[in-house]
Order: sequence, then C-alpha cells, then structure tokens
Amino acid sequence: MSLVSPLNRVLGLGSAKEGTEHWWGQRLSAVALVVLGLWFAGAVLGFGEFGYASVSSWIAQPFNAVLVSLLVLTLAYHSQLGVQVVVEDYVHATGLKIATLIALKFLHIVLAAVGVFAVLKLALGAPL
Amino acid sequence: MDRVERPLSPHLQVYRWQISSVLSILHRLTGVALTLGLPVFVYWLFALASGPQAYAEAQLILGSMWLKLCYLGWSFCFFYHMANGIRHLGWDLGYGFESVQIHVSGWAGVITALVATLVYGSLVIF
Repeated sequence: MSLVSPLNRVLGLGSAKEGTEHWWGQRLSAVALVVLGLWFAGAVLGFGEFGYASVSSWIAQPFNAVLVSLLVLTLAYHSQLGVQVVVEDYVHATGLKIATLIALKFLHIVLAAVGVFAVLKLALGAPL
Repeated sequence: MDRVERPLSPHLQVYRWQISSVLSILHRLTGVALTLGLPVFVYWLFALASGPQAYAEAQLILGSMWLKLCYLGWSFCFFYHMANGIRHLGWDLGYGFESVQIHVSGWAGVITALVATLVYGSLVIF
C-alpha cells in the first residue's frame, strides 16, 4: 500500500530519499569543525610573526598538511551548506535565487580546490 | 473590499528583544561573515604555496590595519559561531531546552567568544 496521495503520485512528488542530507551534512561538518577549528586556532597561536619559512614548513609536515586540507574542505562544505539556506530564505525571485545558488556552489568548489592544492604544493612540491 | 490597516507583527519599535532570538540572528550573521573570510584564508594558503616572494607581497595586504580589524571581527565570529554551534548540537541531541539553560548556555557562549577574541587579538593579531 502506498501512502503517497494520488495527486502526488501523479505529479511524481513525494520523498526524494535525501531530504535530511543537507541537515545531517551541516551537523557532521559542524562536529568536524569543532575539532579541526580548535586544533588550527591553537596552532596559529604559535605562528608568531607569520614568517614564510616557519609557517610553510609547519604546513608541509605530513600530519599538519592532512589536517589543514581537511579543514579547508570541511570549511568550504559547511560554508556552502549554511549560505545556501540563507539565500533560500531571503532571495525570492526564482531566477536570481537559482543563479546565486549555482554561483555560490562554484565559488566554494574553487575555494576548496585552491586551498587543498596550496597545501599539497607546500607539502609535496619543490621549494620555490 | 478595503484592507484594514492593522499594525504588522513584530512591532519593531516596541519589540522586546530576547536572548534566544538575538543569539540566533547573531549565529547566522557570524556564519555569513565567516563565509566572507574563507577567500582570505584560501588566499593566504595560496600565497604561501606561491613562494617567499609572492608571500612577502601578500603580507603587505594581509598585514594591513584594515584587515587586522577584520581578523578581530572574524575571530569573534569564529569563536561565537563555534560556541553557539555547540549549543545547537546539544539541542539536536535533545538537551538544554529549559529557559534557565538557554540563558546560561547563551551567555556562556557570548562570554567565551569575547574572551577568546581578546586573547586572539592580543596574542596573534596585534
């Protein structure tokens, strides 16, 4: 027996099987960011004058490179999820809303890619 | 039929703010502000990856007084959004809904964020 109303069955609506994905992803990335964020905030306390040699060699260490990469990816993911809700709440014109949402997705993917590439370059690349 | 001109709710001039709504609005505002900070963080990583020459040039921009003020703001946003986010995770698990708990945890988050911002401002930024 189907619990979908006849109208919804005809329109093809109803559960898309992933309704909670956004909510759940936001929570999981939040938990990850508590750990990664506090770890990085603590590490920054030791950066002193933010000199090139000390900061770049710190990021290049394997443990730090992995965690900073995860930090960038998780920040971009969490930021994308959060700002998406804000746009959905306040931008009502359909065209503008869809355009903004697509632009924000692209932007966050670019930020994640650039950030992770930068860390990999520092960790694996030849010194400049 | 003419619409009756009734006052709209909420009546902003006489609206009594409460901690629950103010902190909720602040959570969203700080989240949006942190999104604006993400490109700066990535730019910093990119400058590091581009070598000492490029990093030295980037430091002239990243170390400017205007951006230092922004870092102070972003520090508060970061610590507040994290502290208040932990409150949200607690609510998601079903804890902390009593009025007293809302007030205590709310103020705890604000004070933690302010203290952490002061520490960060004095030790890291300025």
